[in-house]
Amino acid sequence: MEYEVVIGLEVHVQVRTKSKIFTSVGVGFGCDPNTLTDPVVLGFPGALPVINKEAVEKSVKVGMLLQSEIPEVTKWDRKNYFYPDSPKNYQISQFDQPICEGGKVEIELPGPSRNVMGEHKWIELTRAHLEEDVGKLNHFDGYSLVDYNRAGTPLLEIVSEPVLHAPDEAFAYLNALRMLMIYGDISDCDMEKGQMRCDANISIRPAGQEELGVKVEIKNMNSISGVRNGLAYEIERQIQTVKAGGAIVQETRGWDAAKNVTYHMRFKEESHDYRYFPDPDLMPVRIDDAWRKRIAATIPERPYDRQRRYYEDYDLPFTVTSVLVPDPKLCTFFEEAAKACGKARQAANWLMNNLLGELGNAGLSLSESKIKPAHIAELVNLIEEGAISKNIAKEQVFGTMFETGDMPAAIVEEKGLKQSNDTTELEPVCQEVIDANPGPVAEIQAGNDKAINFLKGQVMKATRGKANPALVDQVLKELIDKKG
Amino acid sequence: MSDKGSIDIDYLANLARIELTDKERELFSSQLADILGYFEQLNQVDVSGVEPMAHAFQVENVLREDESVEGFDANTAVEHAAAKRNHMVQVPKVVEG
Repeated sequence: MEYEVVIGLEVHVQVRTKSKIFTSVGVGFGCDPNTLTDPVVLGFPGALPVINKEAVEKSVKVGMLLQSEIPEVTKWDRKNYFYPDSPKNYQISQFDQPICEGGKVEIELPGPSRNVMGEHKWIELTRAHLEEDVGKLNHFDGYSLVDYNRAGTPLLEIVSEPVLHAPDEAFAYLNALRMLMIYGDISDCDMEKGQMRCDANISIRPAGQEELGVKVEIKNMNSISGVRNGLAYEIERQIQTVKAGGAIVQETRGWDAAKNVTYHMRFKEESHDYRYFPDPDLMPVRIDDAWRKRIAATIPERPYDRQRRYYEDYDLPFTVTSVLVPDPKLCTFFEEAAKACGKARQAANWLMNNLLGELGNAGLSLSESKIKPAHIAELVNLIEEGAISKNIAKEQVFGTMFETGDMPAAIVEEKGLKQSNDTTELEPVCQEVIDANPGPVAEIQAGNDKAINFLKGQVMKATRGKANPALVDQVLKELIDKKG
Repeated sequence: MSDKGSIDIDYLANLARIELTDKERELFSSQLADILGYFEQLNQVDVSGVEPMAHAFQVENVLREDESVEGFDANTAVEHAAAKRNHMVQVPKVVEG
């Protein structure tokens, strides 16, 4: 029997702010335990939360990036449960009036090969709500230690509809979400630092069946590939269980990346009755038109809109857009270079084939690069004008430019690399090569055009690469014709 | 919490992580039933035409700018913890979830 897989994802994204969502103590990662705490974070008696405006604005921005509805009024509720990661026995979250309702995310599935773009589709969202993160538990033999530094970090939970049907779709969805968060300057979404976390609800049903199967929740998938692997394992486990005559039970399972399996954590019957109620300490937030407009003005072009623009305006291939588009800083660099030289494709190629490699080798980021868009533009122009060959640019200009930050024209000048376009200089060299190589010359005369490449190579060698290859070709042919 | 005015005291005690003696169960059951009864009384008020609200006061947008200050030092934060180790609160081992 064929089974259909149904997946819904709950993605938590830490919204980047300087201070916590309900108090002024700082946020951070890797600080000394419990130093990012204060009476509000630890839920001391009498402490009162006050909402961080930036967390609200960034969440509205996310809603706009996700094309959600942003309701007029949003409010906060207490989600009550006992667990040591929550210092006050409730988490401030949002229940019935979340900050974002609905929405959709454009995703790109893997293509038939790495060089070919895959299908694009839209994934519908249920909602996104803004809550406080909880503390972190560290487990030891026989006891656990709690660090509340993470508690109170603004956390946006983005909930998809159960409309994903394969691990690849979940993978593509997470990548698309991450790109949107990076574009919007919301978060770096570094999963290793817990800036983005993902839980999945997954079920299977016989193909064609309307009713959803029993769903299992998977936790602890700590990387985007972890999500793909965890889901792939779980789908197989559920199908095998059903095929063997077993039944899927509603439960929460954890993903063990080391063993590559999911394992039982708890049954859903043990799940909590959260007894949500409006937080009496927090007043609702109204997002009026003026505020909305101010935030809307900061919404950047979305990643796949940029990809389409690159196809249309610059005629770039997928192999190039797939490297540029995920990195908005690289895109800005590229666009500046393309604009300055008017030759987008060449500029992109220099970035992709040379600059990124050099930066990688040197362990530098793009912002540390001494090569700026103006360098790339000038280099492209020098080649286009015929001042230097591509080879000279690659072998003798690029490395120096990378190390010193000198402009390419200055390097060409200083090293005397300017390509010779003067036939009077070139003719004697070509004549010498022709005289020294009667064999190949005879072949050319006999109609083997390819033999000219050998002669060209000799001329380039004699001129140390400075001759203009097209011109060498022309001069050689003329001289051989004359001879013939 | 099934019938109106009555309450599942054991369920509630479990959610609150407290143990009750028989006497307490009886006492709290009747006190909680009184509270529910009071809400029943509130339910009889005609509120048609009144918009639902989360608060009694019409105050909105109490917000603060995103500026950060120093937090507790590591000792202060865990000063009142029943058990601590390495500046962290020590708790019985809990299953992650």
